[in-house]
Parts: sequence; C-alpha cells; structure tokens
Amino acid sequence: MNPKLEELRMEHISKRFGAVQALGDVTFAVRPGTLHALCGENGAGKSTLMKILAGVHQQDNGTILLNGGEVRFANPKAALDAGISMLYQELDLAEDLTVYENIFLGRELRKKGLPVLDDAKMTQIVQELFDRYHFHISPTAKVSTLSMGEAQLVELAKALLREAQVIVMDEPTSSLSEGESRTLFEIIRTLKAEGMAIIYISHRLEEVMMLADEISVLRDGVIVFHTAAAETSIAEIVRHMVGRELHDFYPARQVEIGKEFFRAEKLSTDKIHEVSFSVRKGEIVGMAGLVGAGRTETADAIFGCGKLLDGKIYLDGKKLEVRQPQDAIRAGIAYLTEDRKRNGLWLNLPCAWNITMPNLEKLDMRLLIDQLKETHLCEENGQRVNVKWSSPDAPANSLSGGNQQKLLIARWLMANSDFIIFDEPTRGIDIGAKKEVYLLLNELAAQGKAILVISSELPELLGICDRILVMRDGSVRGELSAAEATQEKIMRLAATSNQ
Amino acid sequence: MNKFAKQLLPFCSLIFIISLWAALEPENFLSLQNFSNVLRRSSVNGIMAAGMTFIIITAGIDLSVGSMLAMCGMLGSLGMLFAGGGTWTAISGGSFIDMGWLSMLFGTVFGIGCGALCGFLNGICITRLKLAPFIVTLGSMSVFRGISYLINDGKPFAVSSYTFLDTGTVLGLPAAVLILILVLAASGFLLRHTAFGRYTYAIGSNVQTAFHAGINVNKMLVLIYTFAGALTGLAAMITTSRASSAQPSAGIGLELDIIAAVIIGGCSPSGGRGTMTGTLIGTLLISFLRNGLTLLDISTNVQLVVIGLIIIFAVTADQFATRREA
Repeated sequence: MNPKLEELRMEHISKRFGAVQALGDVTFAVRPGTLHALCGENGAGKSTLMKILAGVHQQDNGTILLNGGEVRFANPKAALDAGISMLYQELDLAEDLTVYENIFLGRELRKKGLPVLDDAKMTQIVQELFDRYHFHISPTAKVSTLSMGEAQLVELAKALLREAQVIVMDEPTSSLSEGESRTLFEIIRTLKAEGMAIIYISHRLEEVMMLADEISVLRDGVIVFHTAAAETSIAEIVRHMVGRELHDFYPARQVEIGKEFFRAEKLSTDKIHEVSFSVRKGEIVGMAGLVGAGRTETADAIFGCGKLLDGKIYLDGKKLEVRQPQDAIRAGIAYLTEDRKRNGLWLNLPCAWNITMPNLEKLDMRLLIDQLKETHLCEENGQRVNVKWSSPDAPANSLSGGNQQKLLIARWLMANSDFIIFDEPTRGIDIGAKKEVYLLLNELAAQGKAILVISSELPELLGICDRILVMRDGSVRGELSAAEATQEKIMRLAATSNQ
Repeated sequence: MNKFAKQLLPFCSLIFIISLWAALEPENFLSLQNFSNVLRRSSVNGIMAAGMTFIIITAGIDLSVGSMLAMCGMLGSLGMLFAGGGTWTAISGGSFIDMGWLSMLFGTVFGIGCGALCGFLNGICITRLKLAPFIVTLGSMSVFRGISYLINDGKPFAVSSYTFLDTGTVLGLPAAVLILILVLAASGFLLRHTAFGRYTYAIGSNVQTAFHAGINVNKMLVLIYTFAGALTGLAAMITTSRASSAQPSAGIGLELDIIAAVIIGGCSPSGGRGTMTGTLIGTLLISFLRNGLTLLDISTNVQLVVIGLIIIFAVTADQFATRREA
C-alpha cells in the first residue's frame, strides 16, 4: 500500500524523438480530489506527457515528484505500483475472457494453499466494487459482449482494484454514447469526492468545463496556459490551443465552384442510414461528427469497402455500381483512409511502389513495368506534393508521418481522380506538414476536383471547407455553409439528440 | 543495399557448403557427373519453389505440394497411358504400353492441368471459405495423398518410354535443367516486372491496403495458387519421367524441402518480402546439402534434423535483420 497521495508533480519535463522536440520544459501537477484537464490539439504532446507519467516513455530532462520525493518510472509496472493508472483510448482487454478475469489478469487470487484459482472470491470482490460505484455489469459476462462504455468501466475497475491514487483518462468519451458519457461523469464525480486525483484529456471542451478544477493547455510541447476552470471560457481555451488566428493558418483560396459532380443518395449499410449529400467541382465539403457517427463508414460505402444495403452513387450524372474499391478507382474516386499504417500504405515496400500500385493499369504497365519511367513519374509526383525521401526506392516506413501522408496524396494525384475523399488528412502530422496538406487540398480544388474531408478537428474543417455536413448516429443531421458554421453549431448538431 | 545484404547470407552459406564438401569428399563431390545430378535433382524442387515463392510472399503457405506432386504424377501417367491405347487392366496391372510422343505430350499437359486444378481448389477454399492457407492445405495434403493411393490401389503406374524429361537434352543441357532455368527466369520476371508480381507483394505486405488500393485480392490469390499448382504438376511429370513410373508415395515430406528453400532464400513467412534469386540459392543450398550428406554416408534421418534446424536458423537470422532495419 502506497502512502496517501498529497501531490503528484511533473517538473521541467522535456522529451525529444529524433528531430522532433515533443515536450519542452513542461510542469504539471495534480492533487487528490481534483480533476486537472489537459487540452491541446493532436500532436501537442499530451499523450507523450502522459506516457512519461505512466512509465511508457522516459523523459530526457525533468523530474516526477510524488509527495515531494523524486520517482522514476522505468516501465509501466513501476508507475502502476506507485498508484498511477492510465486508461488509454484503445482499450486493453482480453475479449474472450470474462469481466472479473480481465480485472484480475496477472494478479489472480488463489485458494489458500492450493494452486487453484478462487473464482468465487474474485467474482465477489468485483461485484462489491461494481455495487459501490453503481456499475450495472455482470462480473461473469464475457468482455466481447460489453458495449464500449461498459468495457471502459471495466478498465476503470481494474485501476480502482489496484488502489490507484491517480487516474489518467485519455479521451474517455470518444467512443461513448450520450447516456454512457453521463454515467461516466457521475462516476468521475464520485471518485473525486473520494479523493482520487484525475488527469483528464479531452477534445470536448464542454466536458472539460463541466468536470475540471484546473485546466492546462499544451501547444507544440509547451504549456501555454494554466488556470482554474472557473476563471476561463471555452473560447479562451480554444484560442490558446490554436495559438494563432485561424485565417493565418488556413490558406485562403479563390475557387470557382462548378456544377454538382458527386452525389450520394440514401446510402445505407449496417452502420449508416440513408446518407445523402453532394459535392460540386472545385468544392471542399467537410464531414464532422463524433467518433462512431458513421463518417468513415460513409466513405467506406462510397468506395466499395463495405456492403451497401441500399442507395445510389452518381458521378458526373452517371450512376455508379461500386462493388469493390477497384470499381470506385476505375470510375475516378480516390480515398485516403484514416489509418495510414493499417490500410493506407505498404510500409515495407518502396515509396515508388506505394505510389504506382493502384495506377499500374492506368499507366499501361500491367504486363511490363517500365521501371525507369516509374521512377521518373514518382519523382515528378513526389515533387508536386513536396515529399521528402532519400529515394523513391526507400521503404515507406522510413518516412515521417507527414511525408507518408504526402506519399498517399501523390498516389492519388497520379491516379488523377476527380472525386477525392480524405479521412483525417492531418492526423498525426506536424503543424508544418498540415499547412502543406491544406495547400494541396486547395490546389486540387482549384483544378476542379470535388473533395470530401472527414475530420475530427473542427478548426480544420472551419478553416478549409466550403460546406460542412454533420453526422450523428449514422445519419447526416445537418449542413452548414462556411459562413454560418461555428464550432458550437457543429458540436450541437454532432452531440445532441433532441434537435 | 539491404536487398543485397539479405542475399549475402544464403549465398555465402551455399559457397561454404560447396567448399566444405569439396574438401571432405573431393573425388566424389567434385565430378561433373555429380554436379549434373545435383542440378537435375534441383530442377523438381526449384520449379516447385518458384511457385511457393509467390505463395509465401502473399503471407500464405502450401503444405499440400508433396501430395499434389504424387497425385499429378499418377493422373498425368494415367492420361498418357490411356492416350497411348492402354486398357485399364493393362495399365493397372503394370504391363508395358508403347506410347507415342503425342500421348506423352498429352499426359504431360494433363498432369500440369491437374496441378493447376489442385492449386485452383486450394485458392478457392482459402478465399471463398475464408480459411487460413495453413488449414486448407493441411487438409488438401491429406486428400491428395489419399487420392494418389486410391487411383491404382496403392500401386504405381509404369511409363517406361516416358524418359525425355529425365535423360533428354536440348542444346547439350539436360531437359529438366533447361525447364528449371526457364521457369525461374519467367517467374522472376513475373514477380519483378509485372503488375501480377507487384500485387503479390502488396497482398503479403498489407492485405488491407491492397484491398483499399483496388487490388482484387481474392482473384489474385486464386491465380497465384493455381500458378503454383501448375508448376507442381510440371515437377510431378519430371519426377515421373525420372522414375519411369508414377509412385503414389512420391514426394512425402517434400513440402519441407520446398518451404525451407524459399524461406532460406529470404522470403519472409509473414509476407511481403522475397526474391526469385533467393529461392534459387535456397534450392541449391538444400540440394547440395543433401547431396554432400549422402556422399558422406549420413542417413536421410540426420538430413531431416539438419534441414529442420537450418529453417529455424534462417528465420531467426531474417527476423534479426528485419528488426535492425526497423
């Protein structure tokens, strides 16, 4: 049992990954019975800071102080033993085991003097914990049968049974329904009242304002703002997160918007219901919504990745039959997926191959690949997007995230597609590369392409789109023009069900 | 540079093995006759390994090649014996049947076709039933072997006039060696310079990405298994020709040598990596290894142990190299 927590303090923490200074001189503290919210854009350094606290990474400089004494966490177990538990965005549960087995994983209770597990005892302990916090979950249910919200509570229960004194929650509501989120907030309040110290990372500033006692804003690896929650406003936090006036960052553009080019009519799959919208030539249409709202599923449906149950797709007035991505690509649709590593790139294959693979047919290279011409074309397209590689023969995993994204853009530039879907085009890339991606989007629109951008970063959508569609629960719930759209209006459409 | 370095280890091992045998057993090993034997032996393995290379690059595997070899040999021989005018009684009884070259050509093509069909069926099961290649080909390994025995109640077919693929020569080269060279060159070209080859790497490197890039993954996999099957059919006919008969017990445990050759040649069992040159080196390495051990009077049982250990070593070395790269 650890001594009772008085204060956890991270002082002058800095961390560098290769050429990137992820954190520079960050000081951050949390006390029992309070919730300290950590805000910042993607890539601001929030996760890095928390991973240092959780023992996943080690800081280059700076100290972690627990009740005034310096501690070093060489690995996650050391942090756990010191009473610091982290709830990651991606849950870390064994799907095929039961709730109580997961909670006691690695620390199973045995019957006295016997090498046999005491299932009854473990079930009972978990049940008592659940009763105390009003979790309506059966300890003997299989984790695979739980909803995302319930699974998250199981993670929380794991932390509570370890007698955590500090709990770090990373975007805990990102995949929860409204009701589940409310349940979680209740539990957070109870934990606070019992003296738990909570660090809360969220993009949802309304939640932050509601729950937090203190708020810190990280930007480019530095704490730029720290205040008591009562003394600030959402607008102020946003201003510090972005750190610059929006119109400076998002390049202006003058584009002639042409006639309707793409139209989706009542697309339905098992995840989306009757999604209809259109995109005109030269237009950048944004798609906002919370995680799980059906945005990626809509893109998948258009591109032939999922089974389309109903609905029609028109391109330039002609109806398309898309059964698989091949059909969509041949028709002139391109899709830059959300997760570059999972389904965007071949990481161990050369950059050049990554660019030309879907285009071999168009280049008339099915039967014989002209490698000189291939290299030449790749260099040409690589230059257009300003990708930095040692050579087109280098494997894709030798590039940084931003350059990998540019590689994908080069791929679809070469395909010369007319309708391009970007799913989270700037996720995980640095500020400089982001701006380059925005410029490329503008350039494509200027060439008369129709563009759909799916993004969870509202400032980004507001900064680059002509029109913004808002999805919730698998349907388009509203449409806002660039002139009328605000973060608040979007969030209201995305997050509230009583419209 | 890395590509070169990866070929270096198997290549040096090959040189090492050859030098070792040359030192230990100079008169037997260093004869033209022996080298010619090794190459002819390599032809069967090399042809099958070429197909296996494609399969392993897609992160798949085909355990059924040994049984497939036996079955294709039996069916191809049966085809040529029938075409040569034999009756079932004469054929099954092992009487001599004098076949013309046209019948033999027919039987050869038929055997290759049977191989293609076997591969096609493996591919269909893998893609349509969405089963792991390991499971499908483990099953078909047993099915093909069973059928080989059932065809003539466990007895072989005699095809004593079918000798061209064994002793025949073209431009002074043994026919089998020429076929090996042609198959490896064509496969290497296919893998390196065509969309078919690129898609093979794409599927093995990341099947999700391949799908999203518009590659018809299922069709590609069926084609690849069919292609590999056809090559196994070809190897079966060479084996048959060498023995002047089709044996239902041919190729037992052969999948070990084939998979080992491909893996030793630098193909990653997790897919996305490998070259035809590597496969050639891997095939020669195993052939010379077995040849030398046999010359030294070391039993085939010991050979099994040695080859098994080499596979484990090769994969370990490969993983080590990959980890350093990352």
